[in-house]
Amino acid sequence: MSAIAHREAASGGLWSRMSLGQKQVIWAWGFLAVPLIFYAVIRFWPTFQAFYLSITDWTITRPATFVGLENYKRLFADPLFWQVFRNTFMYLILGTPISLLISFVVAYYLDRVRFMHSFIRALYFLPFLTTAAAMAWVWRWFYQPVPIGVINDILSSFGIPQQPFLRSTSQALPAVLAPAVWAGLGFQIIIFLAGLRAIPVTYYEAARIDGLSEGAILRKITLPLLKPTLVFLVVFSSIGFLRIFDQVYNINTNDPGGPLNSTKPLVLMIYQTAFSSYEMGYAAAQTVVLFLILLVISLVQLRIMRDR
Amino acid sequence: MPRIRPGRIIAWTLLLIGGMIMVTPLLFMLSTSLKDASQVYDLRVIPQSPTFDNYIEILGDGRFTRWFVNSMIVAVIVTVSNVFFDSLVGYTLAKFRFRGRYLVFVAILSTLMIPTEMLVLPWYLMASQFGWLDSYWGIMFPGMMTAFGTFLMKQFFEGVPDDFLEAARIDGLNEFTIWWKIAMPLVTPALSALAIFTFLGNWTAFFWPLIVTTSADLYTLPVGLSSFAVEQSIQWEKIMTGASIATLPTLIIFLILQRYIVRGVMLAGLKG
Repeated sequence: MSAIAHREAASGGLWSRMSLGQKQVIWAWGFLAVPLIFYAVIRFWPTFQAFYLSITDWTITRPATFVGLENYKRLFADPLFWQVFRNTFMYLILGTPISLLISFVVAYYLDRVRFMHSFIRALYFLPFLTTAAAMAWVWRWFYQPVPIGVINDILSSFGIPQQPFLRSTSQALPAVLAPAVWAGLGFQIIIFLAGLRAIPVTYYEAARIDGLSEGAILRKITLPLLKPTLVFLVVFSSIGFLRIFDQVYNINTNDPGGPLNSTKPLVLMIYQTAFSSYEMGYAAAQTVVLFLILLVISLVQLRIMRDR
Repeated sequence: MPRIRPGRIIAWTLLLIGGMIMVTPLLFMLSTSLKDASQVYDLRVIPQSPTFDNYIEILGDGRFTRWFVNSMIVAVIVTVSNVFFDSLVGYTLAKFRFRGRYLVFVAILSTLMIPTEMLVLPWYLMASQFGWLDSYWGIMFPGMMTAFGTFLMKQFFEGVPDDFLEAARIDGLNEFTIWWKIAMPLVTPALSALAIFTFLGNWTAFFWPLIVTTSADLYTLPVGLSSFAVEQSIQWEKIMTGASIATLPTLIIFLILQRYIVRGVMLAGLKG
């Protein structure tokens, strides 16, 4: 502020001779100056640096030297990477459809409810406000064996055998995913509710006059008009599941990503490569792969959903 | 007015039951935090003899208070910075005509495609070179401005009529004052949406604070809780107390500001 005022005073003659348009240009670049430096230094430069680091053998102790595509070759030859790649897509393939289906059904019916509407909405929304690091511990406790674990206690009271959950290589991934789905539902429900409310009431009235059934109204009016909301949520939640980390890290701290790497997602592999093994160059190559996966998945989803 | 049909009552009941299931983990967390070690295995939701001993013990040792303050400082400063800069840039891109405007907009928007995880290693390198590891600034600097917030604010400033700004210009106000005094008050719903999102995002952030802090004095609440829980191993009532301390503030704020928060999420989701 005061810098601009000073400049104005110092070059008073020049400033007052400028047209309104010229002054506007100066104001605009003045407003953008600090943010542009920020974006250049904190976003663009690190982006290029990440690509560069991915073709070096940088570790904490050794300065970076150029190694070409060595890191990528090593990664694609690493069976752990393919396991992690599969896990990451399992989070996506299970998480996105399940969470969107539940949240749409809840939003669809909640939209028609007037009695205690905001109370019920609050119940669904509260988990969204929690910290994943805290909730992973609550769920970890739920999954314990009898007598501590709540879920196994309930199962045993119905005579259902104990489930190993986090200790089993086949059950652990869904068990880790559940809190992530749970915590995200509230956000998706609110967005669906906003989308549903944006559909003009007249469309529904016209459809009812034409004698369309509820199912037909849902298929022919609600879902097509909800498409922009749906596209947003599919892309947004897919990116979230592909980047899952907090829940996985906290639900099994003795062996993050275990048992036997069965729950390890790509971001956890990146974290461990960089900050447990200190192989920064190799980790950078993994982040580039993550970037490409996110980019391809988002573009494919946008393409498919736009065409339909 | 629609008649009350049995279908509606069933739907309402199912919705309520689903909602109850949604908050069950939170209820168990709270109830266990009010039990002493001997009652933990008793899975009644209402504790038999509720006690605040866990809270007194955990808050008394000072670390949680410290982490709480750290999280608060970080989240508040980052939120203020985003509300200021994101709306300043959004306003400039929405309301000024100058060469390069579109280029600046596309450049900022393009950073949305870059996942944080990819920037974390260069940030870490930057932080260690400049001595920012284990400092508030080190935790905060990557999030001081966001492309999402800028885009959101640009959308909203585009809805502000130019006549208002022209009138202020004729009155001789400078451009900064026009933005701050005239345009900003017209987009308060968007500002509160941005503030809520930024605060919540930083309050619950885990990945970057975990990387950039090594001394327990600088931990944010989620990172501190994680290390605390590892140390307590199976003392579940202590862990649940810590989890409650990390969770309760946002829940209480939500219960007070529910209307604004829900509207804010809707606004951000629809325009974003």
